[in-house]
Amino acid sequence: MNLTNFKWDQDADGIVTLAWDVPGRTMNVLTSAAVREIAQVAETVASDATIKGLVITSAKSNAFCAGAALDEMEGNASSSAKVSPEDAAAARYQGVMQFHGAMRKLETCGKPVAAAINGLALGGGLEVTLCCHYRIVADNPKIQLGLPEAKVGLLPGGGGTQRVPRLVGAMQALQMILKGETVDPQKALAIGLVHAVAPTAELVERAKAWIRNKPDAVQPWDKKDFKLPGGGPYSSGGGQVFTMANAMLRKESYGNYPAQRYIMSCVYEGSLVPIDAGLRIEARYFVKLLMQPESRNMIRSLFLSMQELGKGARRPKDAAKTDVRTVGVLGAGVMGGGIAYVSALSGIDVVLVDTTIERANAGRDHAASVIDRQIERGKSTPEKKAEILSRIHPTADFMALKPVDLVIEAVFEDRAIKAEVTKKTEAEIGAEAIYASNTSTLPITGLAEASMRPEQFIGIHFFSPVDRMGLVEIIMGKKTGERALATAIDYVLKIRKTPIVVNDSRGFYTSRCFGTYTREGMAMLAEGIHPAMIENVGRMAGMPMGALEVMDSVGIDTALRVTRETRKALGQTGRDAAEEFLSWMVETSGRPGRKTGKGFYDYDAKGKRQRLWPDLISSRKEGWRTDADVDEMKARFLTIQALEAARCFEEGVITDPRDADVGAILGWGYAPFTGGPSSYIDTLGAAAFVKRCEDFASRFGERFKPNQLLRDMAEKNQTFYGRFAPQKEAA
Amino acid sequence: MTECFVYDAVRTPRGKGKKDGALHEVTALELATQTLRAVRDRNHLDTSAVDDVVFGVVDPVGEAGADIARLAVLNADYAESVAGVQINRFCASGLEATNMAAAEIMSGQSEMTIGGGVESMSRVGMGASGGAWPVDPQIAYKSYFTPQGIGADLIATLDGFSRDDVDAFAVESQTRAANAWKNGYFKNSVVPVKDILGQTILDRDEHMRPDASMQSLASLRPSFEQIGEFAGFDAVAIQRYPQVEKINHVHHAGNSSGIVDGAAAVLLGNKEAGARTGLKPRARIRAFASIGSEPCIMLTGPALVAEKVLRRAGMTKDDIDLYELNEAFASVVLRFMKVLDIDHAKLNVNGGAIAMGHPLGATGAMLVGTVVDEMERRNAETAMVLLCVGAGMGTATIFERV
Repeated sequence: MNLTNFKWDQDADGIVTLAWDVPGRTMNVLTSAAVREIAQVAETVASDATIKGLVITSAKSNAFCAGAALDEMEGNASSSAKVSPEDAAAARYQGVMQFHGAMRKLETCGKPVAAAINGLALGGGLEVTLCCHYRIVADNPKIQLGLPEAKVGLLPGGGGTQRVPRLVGAMQALQMILKGETVDPQKALAIGLVHAVAPTAELVERAKAWIRNKPDAVQPWDKKDFKLPGGGPYSSGGGQVFTMANAMLRKESYGNYPAQRYIMSCVYEGSLVPIDAGLRIEARYFVKLLMQPESRNMIRSLFLSMQELGKGARRPKDAAKTDVRTVGVLGAGVMGGGIAYVSALSGIDVVLVDTTIERANAGRDHAASVIDRQIERGKSTPEKKAEILSRIHPTADFMALKPVDLVIEAVFEDRAIKAEVTKKTEAEIGAEAIYASNTSTLPITGLAEASMRPEQFIGIHFFSPVDRMGLVEIIMGKKTGERALATAIDYVLKIRKTPIVVNDSRGFYTSRCFGTYTREGMAMLAEGIHPAMIENVGRMAGMPMGALEVMDSVGIDTALRVTRETRKALGQTGRDAAEEFLSWMVETSGRPGRKTGKGFYDYDAKGKRQRLWPDLISSRKEGWRTDADVDEMKARFLTIQALEAARCFEEGVITDPRDADVGAILGWGYAPFTGGPSSYIDTLGAAAFVKRCEDFASRFGERFKPNQLLRDMAEKNQTFYGRFAPQKEAA
Repeated sequence: MTECFVYDAVRTPRGKGKKDGALHEVTALELATQTLRAVRDRNHLDTSAVDDVVFGVVDPVGEAGADIARLAVLNADYAESVAGVQINRFCASGLEATNMAAAEIMSGQSEMTIGGGVESMSRVGMGASGGAWPVDPQIAYKSYFTPQGIGADLIATLDGFSRDDVDAFAVESQTRAANAWKNGYFKNSVVPVKDILGQTILDRDEHMRPDASMQSLASLRPSFEQIGEFAGFDAVAIQRYPQVEKINHVHHAGNSSGIVDGAAAVLLGNKEAGARTGLKPRARIRAFASIGSEPCIMLTGPALVAEKVLRRAGMTKDDIDLYELNEAFASVVLRFMKVLDIDHAKLNVNGGAIAMGHPLGATGAMLVGTVVDEMERRNAETAMVLLCVGAGMGTATIFERV
């Protein structure tokens, strides 16, 4: 057969081995071309009497198939505006049904079809194997099998929502599909997703042996007496599964993610009908989902943009690649210790400097405690711990910094201290070394004044806890040069985090935008809105924490101090209502925040949130308002942050919508279903967003006043992704 | 519009809705049959005068399925010409059946009808008829499905009813029911359930706990705390009512309606049909209504439907002498009294479902008999029967003495 994406090999027994090998890609992805070829293959296998069976495997050693080509799909989702939505939907539906037709041909070809899964099989890749009568997978525990679509706002549209429940039951299937969790080969075997596990070298032979045994070439769901494992929604067990799953889904997703909702409906409705009807149901939900802005935005930000940034999209193209082998970390506190840990984890030697050797050792102990927790959870081993810690060299001697390629300063947030450390360090490090500050608040340009070589001075802002937060915000000072940026990005990629690049400003991009969220919560409190409502609606808007809970974590005393400093800086006298309130909390009531167990909430000894402080609830004599419009409150929370991001664009703090969106979601948990603040504004439309801001400004305060950039964009009907179109390399 | 009169109302006693309940060995069909026979025999009724029998059943499956109203007509040896239909308005089914049977008369399309209801909760089981609401993601999601008990606890949380408040209400329900039984207030409508030998199987409400006290109720654990927390329903309810930080779970078996078996029937007719058969009208149906309310909290329909039906009747809440509101959960009744500012002295004067039980499809029709008897006993002029209804509804009917 003449195939582009597969290699065809028929053996003497009449068994065809079809080796998947997409040209020009390092990993197989399920392209539309491959689907057409699978249909051809199915027809040939069905009609050619010399063919006794089919084994599908991969010619690429790293993966069976990584899933559908999402870049093809983004093209689909955003393609031409000329077609009416109905026609676009119908065309997409036909396309999906063609895929189902091809897969149905394969599983009903009348001859045994086996999948020899020699590497990861995700999404569409796994779905192809589900259309085989037999699945055997290599015994490599690193192999992942799963349907991760929900993580990027999609649903498995290749029959996954129909075939997985029919194989493993609704409960297991929902767990796997709703969360997009993957399983390893042993787990897959245990739940019945695959039939056998074997060493890689034996896979194809074992699959052929299965075929030679003349097995039943009929899928379970095509047999007359088929019943859904665990029972359908109107059996007693199944009823409970669906009832609880519906409630838990709302509990966890707040109704913000159409993908999960549609997955639930696909599984529910599909479980009550034959497979062909089930596939039609899934296809309709899939197409409907593609037409929701949430899925397009999530694919773009959480998959495509994150992948691009993770490959160094923002790196200066011409700068030579640096391999950071040794890094110096200044300050061995929690941040310094965390930075030392993630660096050592990626094979980088770390010189960890603090004022005394005891303090420096404490930083390494912090790294050790992080690994200990992972050992407890079975994610690391004592051997790995020893190896990682052996790369961290605590010292009180700046001279030890001589060999470093990069220095990351993580000392106390005080300009004088930072300046002194900069001088001491530059006296020791090599002329080529890059100096970075992990400051979260102080402008880089100012800090660089202490440097003899400000073009080699940059900000590398980590988030806490360093070991778990995937984002790093790289800050360009006025004089920061391209080589410093390239080195910073090379380092961030080496420690497998996602870098965004921003220009200097107080609070940079992330802290500055996030601050508006808590301030909005405080404003609502001042309006008399019930604290529980502020917190619940904040989470319902998609934020990871209520605004008051964030205040508790940051410290209400800190907020009070900042408020007073700002007032002083602006030369204002007297106290406003906000300051009165903060002062009442901190100074009158002794509730500075979570660190003392007392803030807006009461906390237990372990710092776990217990309940809102009862005296706060009873403090308002006229009672708290509960009549505020919930949707409007959500809009206020998301709008004020997005507006601040728009201001960052106008001021040039941020220049690329990918940075804005990925940075917001990974950095401070901005509602992921929106795709990030620039996607949020783009989806609403600049004109509508400006109108909303003006409405909010007139009712809730000047802080909502839209900036000139947005007005300009509204007038010209522009989007962030259009006006600030990222420079993309040809795929 | 033709006037519709209540000529008679009967009910079975309520048997504990468990395997050891007295009525567990009696079929649902037989319960319905015995109420129809009682209506016929007490009134020397020529059943060929009856046009239709409307019965409410909440779980109309198995032995209660396939239009049990028509089967009961046949089993009770009514004239072959009497039609039967089974309807479902969840907990208000018995009252809705009465209203629909009345509507046939008021619209001039029937002369004489019987409304009623039956539920054998011990034999068929609550929830046996399934339904899409909790399981179909589309509707579960859209309507913030939570089980009723969570809604009842949510009402208590929002309205500030404490555990003591709801328990005190429950104790009062028991006291009133015990007093009513002791003084024979129910004897006019209750017809004992008999076996085929004519022996009495049950002649009293079996679920009552007249010895219940604040102390004894205090030992009961909240029924909905666990599913609220672990199945995620509290979180669902809070997303619908975000002003709530935490749901205060106050309801338990002792301050919620009891699970019981029973049936009831109400004989209705226009003036002429009654005169022809020599019957004396006992009450007139003045107005009735149903209404939809917010489905997540589910149980706030009574106040809304009361206002609606009063408006229809051109009356105010003070024009009503007696209220019978089904005691699905204590908070439902407390909220109704609070919202409409109604004195407990004229509401559920003989106790309610917390004491005597709530045979889902039958209760509404049972309350008709209870309230008509009580209007006569205390010579009251007007009464309203109303119930909260699943999926967020309420149904109410206003009766007048003739």
